[in-house]
Amino acid sequence: MTASETYSVCLILLTALAAGLVGSFALMKRMSLAGDVVSHIALPGLGLAMLFGINPLVGAAAALFLGTILIWHLQKSATLTTDVAIGVIFTAALAIGTVLTPSDDLIEALFGGFQSLSAIWFVAGVVAVSVIVGFVLVSRHQLILSLFSPELAGATGVNVSRLNLYFLLVFSLTVLLGVRFLGALLVGALIIVPAAIGRQLTHTLTAFLVTSSIASVLSVALGLIISHFYPHFTVGHVTLNLALGPAIIAVATVLFLLSLLRKKI
Amino acid sequence: MNLLSVKHLSVRLEDKLIVEDLSFELAGGERLSVLGPNGAGKTVLLKALLNLLSYKGEVIWAPNVRIGYVPQKIDADTHLPLTFTDLFRAKCTTLKVSFSELDEIAHSVGLTKQILETPVGHLSGGQFQRGLIGFSLIGNPNVLLMDEPTASVDEPGEEHIYELINRLQTEHNLASIMVSHDLSFVFRYATKVLCLNRQKVCFGSPMEALSPEVLAKLYGEAVGVYHHDHHDHSGSQNPNQV
Repeated sequence: MTASETYSVCLILLTALAAGLVGSFALMKRMSLAGDVVSHIALPGLGLAMLFGINPLVGAAAALFLGTILIWHLQKSATLTTDVAIGVIFTAALAIGTVLTPSDDLIEALFGGFQSLSAIWFVAGVVAVSVIVGFVLVSRHQLILSLFSPELAGATGVNVSRLNLYFLLVFSLTVLLGVRFLGALLVGALIIVPAAIGRQLTHTLTAFLVTSSIASVLSVALGLIISHFYPHFTVGHVTLNLALGPAIIAVATVLFLLSLLRKKI
Repeated sequence: MNLLSVKHLSVRLEDKLIVEDLSFELAGGERLSVLGPNGAGKTVLLKALLNLLSYKGEVIWAPNVRIGYVPQKIDADTHLPLTFTDLFRAKCTTLKVSFSELDEIAHSVGLTKQILETPVGHLSGGQFQRGLIGFSLIGNPNVLLMDEPTASVDEPGEEHIYELINRLQTEHNLASIMVSHDLSFVFRYATKVLCLNRQKVCFGSPMEALSPEVLAKLYGEAVGVYHHDHHDHSGSQNPNQV
């Protein structure tokens, strides 16, 4: 394995850890669908960046930032329910993104893939993961209060609106880190499925956060191994492609199904 | 010195005037009950006092005031893996106070270790309410704002919650503002009453302010108050839940 491939593997695993933590709070905040919306908002950004030959991550970051601000405003607005807003943005972003993205790059934009990573981007990624994990750990008490009761949190001195914005930004940063290897269609699943596994297996907060993170890292590690050693396999006359993104989410889904059989800890 | 001074408070929600030109004061140790029919603006008033809503007018709290808040029933998600231990610690951390008072608070509101470690969605109405009252006591408040603290509790449990609140207020010399539908509670425990129906309908001691005319104006003719001579404080007979 080359150094740049090692950087990439390390960052993917660190991203999985961040996704497990962020996903746990997203699940408790009933934001499961928001993960898909945010990731789909990345698609038009990816498409435009590829169209103009600039770094796709820059385009995705710009689109995600704008999308995050939009969702934050919609959450605060009482005129449109979040569900409706999410439904509209979700499909619109997918449609516009598909139109904008050059057809040769569309599969990669939608489903991601393994790419090697330069040392600079690796460092930037590690900083981003540190910001995400640091925010969740430092703000977990305020997040707990606000998801239990926003008004009780407000009465305790928590600025709930600002906290929601910070959480959405951290959520989008997690999507941005994951979109490179999971693609816009699947990155939302990395945030939600491991958290669903954690929730299924635990009933205390600490156990939930730890289990979600382990499930996320395990899914990504097994997905990496499977897609590396068995990129194609044949069932009867059909050859299946196990690209990285689908392999990771398939592993996470199997773990989730197994979690349905286990008692809570 | 007044703990709270409210002057010409008006709250508008989506173009509808919910509270209009309300003025009143709360002194240290005073127990104010807020009465009014559904939709009278009682909960909105508490939220305005907590600065959770934008309003016109003045809400002036004394500089040394520390507020504990007991909200109306919270529909706790039964799937949340949160316990009152988590919530108590979260509040301590947010307020930057130590965990050392938590055992005493839990004991004073009757929360056992087992209840503290049970996910909030699995608690009974009474246990949950005791948890919320315990939560409000963190940070050593000198005034409690309570929004129908017995709304989610069955009738025998209601009495226990009222007694608990009364005991805590006496022990800690807490002032309070409580939204309540229970007239018998108001007569037994409140030192002042504010009748609200968008505007102020009455304000003063319960015995003086809650005349049959005021109650009729507030709730319609169906509500009557019958004072017992043999009781230390005055109480009401049916219907006392309004």
